[in-house]
Amino acid sequence: MSNPPHVPGPRSAPASDVPALQAVGLRKHFPVRGVRSHDVVHAVEDVDLELHRGRVVALVGESGSGKSTIARLLAQLMPATAGQVLVDGQDATVHGRRAFRAYTRRVQMIFQDPFASLNPIHTVRYTLTRAVRIHQGRLRGEQLEAALTGLLERVQLVPAAQYVDKFPHELSGGQRQRVAIARTLAADPDVLLADEPISMLDVSIRLGILNLLRDLRDRLQIAILYITHDIASARYFADRVMVMYAGRVVETGDAESVTQEPAHPYTQLLVRSAPDPDDLAARAHGAHGEAPSLVHPPSGCRFHPRCPFAVDLCSAEVPPLLEVGAERQAACWGYSDRPDAPVLGSVLDAYGDRSALAAATGPARPSTVPVEEDLS
Amino acid sequence: MDVVLEETGPGRAVVGDPVLEIRNLSVDYGYDEDPVHVLRQVSLTLHRGEVLGLAGESGCGKSTLAYAATRLLPPPGLVTGGEVVFTDRDGSRRDLLALSDTELRASRWQDTAIVFQGAMNSLNPVFRVGRQIADGIRAHRPEIGRAESLEKAAELLELVGISTDRLRSYPHQLSGGMRQRVMIAMALALDPQVLIMDEPTTALDVVMQRQIVEQIADLRERLGFSVVFITHDVSLLIEIADRIAIMYAGEIVEDAAAQDVYRRPRHPYASGLLHSFPPLRGPKRELGGIPGSPPDLAALPSGCAFQARCPYAFDACAAVRPELVTPAVAGDDPRRTVACLRHDPDRVAAAGFEPVPVPPELAAR
Repeated sequence: MSNPPHVPGPRSAPASDVPALQAVGLRKHFPVRGVRSHDVVHAVEDVDLELHRGRVVALVGESGSGKSTIARLLAQLMPATAGQVLVDGQDATVHGRRAFRAYTRRVQMIFQDPFASLNPIHTVRYTLTRAVRIHQGRLRGEQLEAALTGLLERVQLVPAAQYVDKFPHELSGGQRQRVAIARTLAADPDVLLADEPISMLDVSIRLGILNLLRDLRDRLQIAILYITHDIASARYFADRVMVMYAGRVVETGDAESVTQEPAHPYTQLLVRSAPDPDDLAARAHGAHGEAPSLVHPPSGCRFHPRCPFAVDLCSAEVPPLLEVGAERQAACWGYSDRPDAPVLGSVLDAYGDRSALAAATGPARPSTVPVEEDLS
Repeated sequence: MDVVLEETGPGRAVVGDPVLEIRNLSVDYGYDEDPVHVLRQVSLTLHRGEVLGLAGESGCGKSTLAYAATRLLPPPGLVTGGEVVFTDRDGSRRDLLALSDTELRASRWQDTAIVFQGAMNSLNPVFRVGRQIADGIRAHRPEIGRAESLEKAAELLELVGISTDRLRSYPHQLSGGMRQRVMIAMALALDPQVLIMDEPTTALDVVMQRQIVEQIADLRERLGFSVVFITHDVSLLIEIADRIAIMYAGEIVEDAAAQDVYRRPRHPYASGLLHSFPPLRGPKRELGGIPGSPPDLAALPSGCAFQARCPYAFDACAAVRPELVTPAVAGDDPRRTVACLRHDPDRVAAAGFEPVPVPPELAAR
């Protein structure tokens, strides 16, 4: 598999332009259990991804689109079916425990649920000491104390003495997530993989965690992969956005242009479906359909059964990521110059308004019937 | 049979026709000496045909309020005071908290139906969905035959946009969104007057969330029931609710029309909550959320529960407990209320403190 000509984002001027972490042609199939079952779940297909120091890439998609699988593949918590993970341009596929531990020094992961990711029977001191001892050697006494204080201060848990001897149940969700972040920082990593780091937290403290991660990106020049289903928070926090649908990347680009002028029909639907009280008119009313089965994914473009613009080509061939602007790509045949390419419009017009939906609400089967629109 | 109540209590001036009135409802968790006061004297009125949004962070008592008002609160929850008055279509009124078990069983589902938080997992996995809907109909209307109730179930599925051949599907054969629709169909089976939806879209993706929300809005227009919509997503509420009540630490802190909450928040917590959601459009700006974390309900401070996180707190906030009053901003809708001492100089003065005016951030026009 050849490496497509990825370019770092527009505002980047990192020390080197070799990505800190890179995935090439990443693929993961999970076997479906059962007697005489040879089916597989096509969880992730042909994903290329680059994380650069001091920059945040957001991976956006609905549940089941393969976002978390990518994080777990990048953290090498499970082997990939195909593809490569590169650190600083070198193949970094680990074999064995020692190599894995060396790898975790570079790449750390923050999990979604801070209520589950901290051991409830140990204090913050124990949790952090373990991480420090593993990654920084056998520190003792004052040195260890200074390291712990430094970690807690970096995640703005100050004064550190007030938090270091607490058990997880004595901390709020936001504080727990900060401890989890402090634990990853003990390894002094180049790359942080943050898998929905705020979705389990109270709404009023989510931004505090995002601002903290952004501060770490700027001060420590860490590369961050931010996985989320909330495209508005991706716009707020990330430099680049990659949108996933049913295991494939459908659109990439800088965060602002992807969210303001989405190119792929699915991204348009996603942006137009997010609640936004300022702009009640720009809602994709009447959209229907849902994500396909990944055991037998649709042929061609996986979005074609739901796409209002789909033509025969879309169900026949998988669209590659096509350039749709400065450093922006979309996997949609509508942006190719082939004669049989579909003609794209706005999903707002295509899906009609709410009253039209009410009239059409009949025995339509939302999951299988493709939308047929006259585009001429 | 029904407990008919006379007009009682100092109910607030309201327009329209109230269908569910919650008055001074208090709920404790725990039976020992020192129970946690999860709801403290909460009053809320739902009008006929209205969508009322109930917003707040996890643990602020939104779900407890809904379950207490329908007497579904599991132990160790205990309703310690207040009344929940339901007004029927014919104008008769009854206190749901005073009904006998038989009356309550008849009233549930028929008057007030609930779509639960984990609706995706609320269906019985070993029965076909058609039968589950039909069972509920037959339990309340024994005169309806099996075939007829299945027909009715088919109609209901069609109503929420599911093909009728799904009647014979088991829940695991349906996707999350479809299961959620089945739950909504089931809630609508007996034509209820009040539909309580507890985080009905939280487990769904935004695209599916939009479909469900549109469906609810559409059904409400056609069938005319009232909705209590519980969620932590204020931006979603502003779109679908007519009125929003914002809860914090077991109390309602602001109750106003949806657009008023959004354009002209009067409570510092409501304002902070609105600034906790990064916008998808418009200029990008730095947002901070709300500093600190929600208080422990078992050890609430005296005075205002929000004071420790409030940028506008002053000396009276630590001593005086605010109550819902009309905001002290000229020209505000007289029906909206806010529980903040900045808006209540009389209470501050009565307690011997110097009143502090409303900051301009909380007095936007």
